[in-house]
Amino acid sequence: MDAESLLLSLELASGSGQGLSPDRRASLLTSLMLVKRDYRYDRVLFWGRILGLVADYYIAQGLSEDQLAPRKTLYSLNCMEWSLLPPATDEMMVQTSVVKGRFTGDPSHEYEHTELQKVNDGEKVFEEEVVVQIKEETRLVSIIDQIDKAVSVIPRGALFKTPFGPVHVNRTFEGLSLSQAKKLSSYFHFREPVELKNKTLLEKADLDPSLDFLDSLEHDIPKVKAGALGGRQQPEWQPEWAGLSGVKILGTPALVGEMEFGSCFLPRVLEHPDGEGQCPGGPAQPALARPYLLPRSPHQELWLHLRGHREFGLFSPAASPHLHLHLVSRF
Amino acid sequence: MEDLTSLKQEDNQEPEEAEQPWEEITAASSQDPVPGLPEPLESEQGPETGLQPGSSPPQSSQSRTSTPLNDLTGLGASSPPSFPQEPTSTPSTLALARQDLWSPWKSDKTTSVIPEARTAHSNHLEQSSDKGESAPHQKCQSEGNTFQQSQQTKHHLHEPKDASHNNSKLKELRLDIFQEEDSNSNYDLDHPEPGTSEVTPNMLEIAIQNAKAYLLKTSSKSGLNLYDHLSNMLTKILDERPENAVDIIENISQDVKMAHFSKKLDTLQNEYEMLPIYETAEKQKALFLQGNLEGADQELEDEIAENSLPNVMESAFYFEQAGVGLGTDETYRIFLALKQLTDAHPIQRCRFWGKILGLEMNYIVAEVEFREGEDEEEMEEEDVTEERDNGDSEADEDDEDELPKSLYKAPQAIPKEESRTGANKYVYFVCNEPGGPWVKLPSVTPAQIVIARKIKKFFTGRLDTPIISYPPFPGNESNYLRAQIARISAGTHVSPLGFYQFGEEEGEEEEEVEGGRESFEENPDFEGIQVTDLVESLSNWVHHVQHILPQGRCNWFNPVQKNEEEEEEEDEEKEEEEKGEEPDYIGQEVGPPLLTPISEDLEIQNIPPWTTRLSSNLIPQYAIAVLRSNLWPGAYAFSNGKKFENFYIGWGHKYSPDSYTPPVPPPVYQEYPSGPEITEMDDPSVEEEQAFRAAQAAAELAAEENEETEEDEDEEDEYD
Repeated sequence: MDAESLLLSLELASGSGQGLSPDRRASLLTSLMLVKRDYRYDRVLFWGRILGLVADYYIAQGLSEDQLAPRKTLYSLNCMEWSLLPPATDEMMVQTSVVKGRFTGDPSHEYEHTELQKVNDGEKVFEEEVVVQIKEETRLVSIIDQIDKAVSVIPRGALFKTPFGPVHVNRTFEGLSLSQAKKLSSYFHFREPVELKNKTLLEKADLDPSLDFLDSLEHDIPKVKAGALGGRQQPEWQPEWAGLSGVKILGTPALVGEMEFGSCFLPRVLEHPDGEGQCPGGPAQPALARPYLLPRSPHQELWLHLRGHREFGLFSPAASPHLHLHLVSRF
Repeated sequence: MEDLTSLKQEDNQEPEEAEQPWEEITAASSQDPVPGLPEPLESEQGPETGLQPGSSPPQSSQSRTSTPLNDLTGLGASSPPSFPQEPTSTPSTLALARQDLWSPWKSDKTTSVIPEARTAHSNHLEQSSDKGESAPHQKCQSEGNTFQQSQQTKHHLHEPKDASHNNSKLKELRLDIFQEEDSNSNYDLDHPEPGTSEVTPNMLEIAIQNAKAYLLKTSSKSGLNLYDHLSNMLTKILDERPENAVDIIENISQDVKMAHFSKKLDTLQNEYEMLPIYETAEKQKALFLQGNLEGADQELEDEIAENSLPNVMESAFYFEQAGVGLGTDETYRIFLALKQLTDAHPIQRCRFWGKILGLEMNYIVAEVEFREGEDEEEMEEEDVTEERDNGDSEADEDDEDELPKSLYKAPQAIPKEESRTGANKYVYFVCNEPGGPWVKLPSVTPAQIVIARKIKKFFTGRLDTPIISYPPFPGNESNYLRAQIARISAGTHVSPLGFYQFGEEEGEEEEEVEGGRESFEENPDFEGIQVTDLVESLSNWVHHVQHILPQGRCNWFNPVQKNEEEEEEEDEEKEEEEKGEEPDYIGQEVGPPLLTPISEDLEIQNIPPWTTRLSSNLIPQYAIAVLRSNLWPGAYAFSNGKKFENFYIGWGHKYSPDSYTPPVPPPVYQEYPSGPEITEMDDPSVEEEQAFRAAQAAAELAAEENEETEEDEDEEDEYD
């Protein structure tokens, strides 16, 4: 969620049960402003929180003008002092994939992992146990990156690609209509497109290059439905991050996330209960992260259109009524 | 024809023009009376006249001076009384710019040319009045004319047009202005000469018409035309005035096109989009109206006296300090929904248990305790249904006589605990959202708890969803939900040490020595515990919900003992068998007694089961103690020393460091017992058969000799 509209986003995400205590909220509002100034970010997003045994990590991301450019990630334990995390690499991903269990809340904590390595000693080959030390900070970087790639979602049209390449926030985006909001194809992964290149020319024929430049959720596996059930709609996907209660997802709505809509992002308040991604068992049932695509309106009420629709899906039933009022009055 | 003559006139006059201004007037005036028709003809010659001036310097210099003068006089208000249309806004930027440009000449020649300027003015005046008349009839023409007009007349003309023409005209106007600027640079030279300048615009006008016609061409695909589209876009942009419109012009264009797809019905049959949110609002409306319906004061007092409604908002406040909990709006709605629940049922105690998230909908869970004796009816109903089930199964067995009987003997079903005891101590109501109907969950059976421990499923939000799993779960989602609630309650409901104490009822305890004491009451002498103590030591927190044994019950039930009592008449053999099986049962399962400190909870692979925090490190003196379960993510408890509350919000899954894997299916059972009849052996050799027959023959003989009557039977036996 955009740091500037943090409170609104939190309110919208509250149905997931995850929120911030008043002192955290107040300190975030203060410190993120300073982060924005000191690091010269175009926008600062509050990404969420990762629960640790001893302390929790609060995560923020800084965006440059180009919304799709690699994001800088910062973390803080007390919501005031922020530290920059290094960018994630594939190597990190492999290295940390062996770590299980909860985060501790101490970035310098070292997980120990014993690996069997084959050692050539002259002619003999024997196996030797090697203890690998993995820093929690490394794991944090890799987890954040994985979550971003898996469930960071935006509604179609919220961003557009300029002819010169950079991706900008689409100021004319007014939200999705109910029928669009029910379709998974109206949501995109907010990451560098991966699948798009594999599409055939025929499939790409109908795409609008300025809008459809990201992967749509439509082809995600496992397949899930964006169901409109009982009056609520929530596209869901990605079982692995079920803990992601978005603080709301405006992404997938993924979940505790932050989406805003003039600038949309997934707001997510991340609860990460099972350590690394876990696939819940039982006969495979898709898990979901729900997209809380919260629109936010930087300037005008009419932006609330999207939110009106989203709200039922995204949040809990107790969506606040005044939001609807906006919706009604405008449309 | 006239044009030619007027042109010639002008040519001739050029040199002497300064001295003979009146000649020009006559030339101009001779034009004036001519009605609309001839004018287009003149315009055709525009280009020629435009070229001409270049080769005739005297004329050009003269005309230059006259232009600024027109404006000058206009500005100076020195115009004759016959100059009524002089507006204050007259000098447009164009005119001013020109003034500046030509100011050197102006200063030189001002004095000498004044008379001529006057004549030029009157000239224009006549023209403009002429235009004024023709404008309404021939708008195209008038546009053309405006081009060659002096600034005053242009303004004069345009304003009425704005008013009389609609939006699309606006655009034409703008076009005109642009062209004017261009053309002014080209045609500046002959500007003051009405005869020549009047000619050019019509050429332009045709070009404009051609362009417009092109733009108006309807697309064969979409049925739209660019002209309307552009005008709609510009209208939208001008209406909304977005900043940096040029950056988002593509999107605006798209939006405008999209607008064609939205249904535009007659206002009479306007179809409003029925958002599901409206239904929700309608349902929730009832929550807010319920309070108003109660009129009688007496009733109100009674209700307040025997209030079973918890103060949800107060708990929510504390949980907010802890950084969990639903938003204020939702909490209040749940509060109202709980009120609805307590009004509708004879409830003694009610508590907001928490919220379980589902794939499609969520569950809001209320934990209630009925008043003594009020819930018995329902219990009886349940018993009846159970008995019926038993009857059915017996009937089935009778029918099965002819079929081979399965030797599999299901383990003795462990009876469920009676209501108000063990895992069924409380009754749970759920609803999907505040305002929805409250549904009572069935009581939980040990089998359900046992299986629920082995599976991991997401809730969907619909109670009747079948649970498809291995091992098979006995029941649907409502049973699974109830089992998870029981497990979560047993694992995570904690209170500060000393808040509860064991009851005094000794009698009951003696009877249930096995299960430990299970009743407790609030300790009236509880004085509270320091918040810092609560944070620092887990031993200051105790479980106040009974541990659920592996059996699935809170109180140990001995299946063996029960068997003996019920089946005393059965064979001794069976009893022996059962005794033989007995070692399989570990014996009585014992869980930690009630009110055990949580510091004795088991670790999950080196992960402590609980995390404690102060709600705020900034202002610790007013902070509260927050307890978070690591075993059941989403379970929280707070205490401010005196008060406490438990709350769960999550997916209803227990934490496990390893990914879930379903249990392995049991080994395949043998189809039949193997014995000598079916054991493979060598066929007898010929010698053996012969020996056998010989022996048989000998035996037969012997038998015949003894008793003839038995002969047949013997033979049959042997040949089997």
